[in-house]
Amino acid sequence: MKRSITRLLMAPSVILLLVWMIIPLSMTIYFSTIRYNLLYPGQNNFVGLMNFEFFITDPGFIPAVANTLILLLSVLIITVVLGVILSALIDKPFFGQGIVRVLLISPFFIMPTVNALIWKNMMMNPVYGIFAWISNSLGFEPIDWLSSYPLMSVIIMVSWQWLPFAILVFVTALQSQDTEQKEAAQMDGATGFHIFRYLTIPHLARPIAVVVMIETIFLLAVFAEIFVSTGGGPGYDSTNLAYLIYNQALLQYDVGVASAGGLFAVLLANIVAFFLIRAVGKNLTV
Amino acid sequence: MTYLKITDLQKHYDSYHALRGINLSITEGEFVVFVGPSGCGKSTLLRTIAGLESSNGGTIELDGRDITELASSKRDLAMVFQSYALYPHMTVADNLSFALRLAKIPDAEIQEKVRSVSASLQLDPLLERKPKELSGGQRQRVAIGRAIVRQPKVFLFDEPLSNLDAALRVQMRLELARLHKKLGTTMVYVTHDQVEAMTLADRVVILNAGQIEQVGTPLELYRKPNSRFVAEFIGTPKMNLIPADKITHKEDEFIFDLFGHTIHFPANRIKGEQPDSVIVGIRPEHLSLVAENGDLTGRIELVEHLGSEAYAHIQLQNDQTIIVKAGARTELKDGQEVHINVDVQEIILFNNKDQVISVIPEEA
Repeated sequence: MKRSITRLLMAPSVILLLVWMIIPLSMTIYFSTIRYNLLYPGQNNFVGLMNFEFFITDPGFIPAVANTLILLLSVLIITVVLGVILSALIDKPFFGQGIVRVLLISPFFIMPTVNALIWKNMMMNPVYGIFAWISNSLGFEPIDWLSSYPLMSVIIMVSWQWLPFAILVFVTALQSQDTEQKEAAQMDGATGFHIFRYLTIPHLARPIAVVVMIETIFLLAVFAEIFVSTGGGPGYDSTNLAYLIYNQALLQYDVGVASAGGLFAVLLANIVAFFLIRAVGKNLTV
Repeated sequence: MTYLKITDLQKHYDSYHALRGINLSITEGEFVVFVGPSGCGKSTLLRTIAGLESSNGGTIELDGRDITELASSKRDLAMVFQSYALYPHMTVADNLSFALRLAKIPDAEIQEKVRSVSASLQLDPLLERKPKELSGGQRQRVAIGRAIVRQPKVFLFDEPLSNLDAALRVQMRLELARLHKKLGTTMVYVTHDQVEAMTLADRVVILNAGQIEQVGTPLELYRKPNSRFVAEFIGTPKMNLIPADKITHKEDEFIFDLFGHTIHFPANRIKGEQPDSVIVGIRPEHLSLVAENGDLTGRIELVEHLGSEAYAHIQLQNDQTIIVKAGARTELKDGQEVHINVDVQEIILFNNKDQVISVIPEEA
């Protein structure tokens, strides 16, 4: 009796959540098995797995998967390594600590589109960008970042966007580190580097795992930065899965193939999550 | 021979003068306890010796070397912290060997040292555990082991027993005393617990408001306090303090009244001039309850039975309460009228500046 009432009371929210998830998922699965091209309305016959075949054999597929993984891993490494170093540096009180912290956190408040525009037009532009100006004043040829190193440009933008998140998490974690432990290590003859290596890094293991997992969720779906800056190009050089799916659905009007791509992206996310959680999950049990 | 010498040590925080000129000499192998109320500077003093706080004046010398400006890692001191401060990600064995590994001592030697320390502190079954899998007492032993394994010149203890429960505290206190006997290393120990101070110390340093009040063996401090602060701080229950009146000065006697009872105090036991006002200090065990003809009379307010003894809180005529030590099997009842005898030999007199002006007679 008691249990059925509990279930009854929970039912509305459970059903809502289920519907919320089931309807888009089942529609995606449905679309991925029919011919659904906006240029040929009315011809929505069942095609089996042909959409998947189209998506996987697309010339952009292999580069897109590779770019997605390169982007993910590079940004993870850059944000975690720089994040740990910077947070350790700003952990000790110094003059202007408050302002420095706010400045370090602030890129996180800038929306991805604006972030990409800033980098595209103010930093990386080969004519009037700051990097070009630096190159010119040092007597070098300016680099056209977006066409010469498209993926690296995207990696820089996304890292800039996500470094603050890592710093935010790590700075908070460092504040909970026990000062008596550090003092004990000092008495034991440890230098600043030893304390960082043997006390701070192990202390940060769990926050690092958290940052890696949360960033993975968002980095697999990077889109705005690519859309605004490189447009996936040149060729497929900076196209990731999200952008390829967009390309299929809204540039080639093929909703069926795009849905198949979406399902593949879910699969990839699960594979990545499986390995990452196994790799960093060990730290979560400490 | 002086081993650790502190000269005119000063420490300022922003608006707070924490140490006001500390002078102290500690000989090798001594067990010195810093004791005092909260905020008296005892922990600051220890941390300054350790090099965890910088000083604002004065010098610290260890074994003939000036270490005032030396980094704490180079001072060759080991410290046991109140929170134990074990490294949470390392096993007990790694905690013990951390300092040795940093010092790049050969592996075989490290293992030998860790083994002997863990055997002497009964840590052998715990070596592979992480600190969070240990009980409070075990963590404390690991923290002590981590200090011992380095064979430092001086051990520093910062209230190491205050996080333990009462029974364990007594046990660890004994272990520390044994350890000191065995190692013979100089130990400096901070506590706010006067029982720890009295039982462990060769010498006790009583601090008050950033200054040393008095230094001496536990018994010296108990019997011959320099000031009212020391007299009140040492001893449980506290010393009774009663203002005297009707003071008369005579050639060989100092006469005063204690609630109507006249006390003749030998003049040769007064330091310097005979004062015009005086406070009488007397410990509970130097007062005794008698059937009649006592020096004082009062009414029992409360009796605390401790098993081996009892303390009677007695209200005197002028509403002042004094504490008298009574026998364990006393049949006292609340509200009962009692007579009290005062052991004049043991009286300590304070002048109006809270300084002691009486001398305890040397035992014949």
